[in-house]
Amino acid sequence: MKQSLFESRHQAEWEQFALMLGRLERGKDASGIASFPNDYRRICHHLALARERGYSSFLIDSLQQQVLRGHQQLYRHRSRLGANVLSFILADFPRLVREQWRFVLAASLIFFGSLIGFALLVYLFPELIYNLIPAEQVSEMQSMYDPAAGHLGRLADRAASEDWVMFGYYIMHNIGIAFQTFASGLLFGLGSAFFLFYNGLMIGAVAGHLTHIGYGQTFWSFVIGHGAFELSAIALAGAAGLQLGWALIAPGRLPRAEALQLAARKSVLLICGVMLFLLIAAFIEAYWSSRTGLTPLTKYLVGAALWCLVATYLLFAGRTRHAPE
Amino acid sequence: MLKTTALPGKATLAPPLDTRYHVETPEGIDLPLRPAGLMVRALAFAIDLGLRGVILGLLFIMLAFLGKLGAGLGSILLFVVSWWYMVLFEVLNQGRSPGKQWMGLRVVHDDGTPIGWSASLLRNLLRFVDMLPFGYFLGAISCLQHPTFKRLGDLAAGTLVIYREQPLTRPQLPDVPPRRAAFALTLTEQRAILGFAERQGELSEARANELASILAQPLQVSKPQARAELNGIARGLLGPT
Repeated sequence: MKQSLFESRHQAEWEQFALMLGRLERGKDASGIASFPNDYRRICHHLALARERGYSSFLIDSLQQQVLRGHQQLYRHRSRLGANVLSFILADFPRLVREQWRFVLAASLIFFGSLIGFALLVYLFPELIYNLIPAEQVSEMQSMYDPAAGHLGRLADRAASEDWVMFGYYIMHNIGIAFQTFASGLLFGLGSAFFLFYNGLMIGAVAGHLTHIGYGQTFWSFVIGHGAFELSAIALAGAAGLQLGWALIAPGRLPRAEALQLAARKSVLLICGVMLFLLIAAFIEAYWSSRTGLTPLTKYLVGAALWCLVATYLLFAGRTRHAPE
Repeated sequence: MLKTTALPGKATLAPPLDTRYHVETPEGIDLPLRPAGLMVRALAFAIDLGLRGVILGLLFIMLAFLGKLGAGLGSILLFVVSWWYMVLFEVLNQGRSPGKQWMGLRVVHDDGTPIGWSASLLRNLLRFVDMLPFGYFLGAISCLQHPTFKRLGDLAAGTLVIYREQPLTRPQLPDVPPRRAAFALTLTEQRAILGFAERQGELSEARANELASILAQPLQVSKPQARAELNGIARGLLGPT
């Protein structure tokens, strides 16, 4: 068959298909969408014929463009994140955490190990703090948690109206740290391990120092509430990063690139959960932890309850088979 | 007659000179995609960076009038713009951030499908590693050595930055009487002749004649007539319009 005959015979069909593609790409719900897969396969068929019969490049290229656009519409990946947020929160995320328990354990050991270790070290050998943290920062920390100041948090003179400011600041700062901890895991996990260790060191050193100089009450009552979400989120971000690194170190039977892609697909889900945790943490930190009218005992109790909540959530949510759906 | 050199049975094909990347669809069609190289991507990124700077600048000026509330909103906005700008544009605007749109690029999955939330989030979070230790050093190295120019984030997320398809215009063939070739044409020969006929408009007159005159002898015509002869054969192949 001559090319011109072929073209004139199918021109109308192609134009129809192009219109349908345009509608689909603009996201309008198209009528006659049921016939789309069929039409698409016909265009594929035409393209194969055109190639086989040696038709001109213009025809082949334009058919190729249509097939590419059709392919993008027909085979587009359905996003699993947007559609089922609820089941992700109620079941999928804690399940994922439990499934990756090796990485979560490793990351928690590095992070909490360095946190507790340095807290004890600084508490026992107080001069050590000046080797770990610059002196100006130490004095800044001290003024923040000075019991005499009457206010808590980053700024000594903050007022209730600043809660909102701090909320924004915490989101920006903490999620930034979590993202860093995760992303640097691509360097064979070394980056994540470093950030976990480093953040543990900083937090631990500050905690040990403040406890040693007698600001323990203000400090611990401030951090215990949001710490439940914040610290576990950092550890989980680190776990996601370690998972990336491990896929590169020990890819198993897959090529490294494939193993990395598989690990990345799971770790990005972890990161979504981490973001959620950090949003909650920022909210608690800005609106609950910084309240000064309450007795420390209340804060400790609420803090302990929050830790239990996080632990229960991660350990037990989504265990039953049909629970969230 | 033209001879196409046939490859011996099991010889591996030499890697092609161009950088096209073929996606095989479930229908058995090979779709060629054209991955974008380092330079054009760097330019696109520079545009995006500039644009983000402008957006933040304007927002901060506006928020400065709001006082405390503005400061809080400001840091949330800083967060959104620095971490989510790319993700939002890529997912909601068919894989094109403004810089990429400007440079005629788009991001797709490895299989040619539009990029989704998780892949986009991943490739943009891992940008942090690409930037290490300074100025996209690792990303540039990875991009330069990879056959389809992927940076580390693209490798992990399974994404590809490609040139967007540009709309095609139908080439005009010169109006000559259709002819039949003096001998049977193979498929490659047929496509070569059609290719010449369609693309001669992009060449200078002299160059088109020069190319055509190479074929004067096998076509059994004089050199000045070779071009008209080729166009005639192409007309004949296309059929009556």
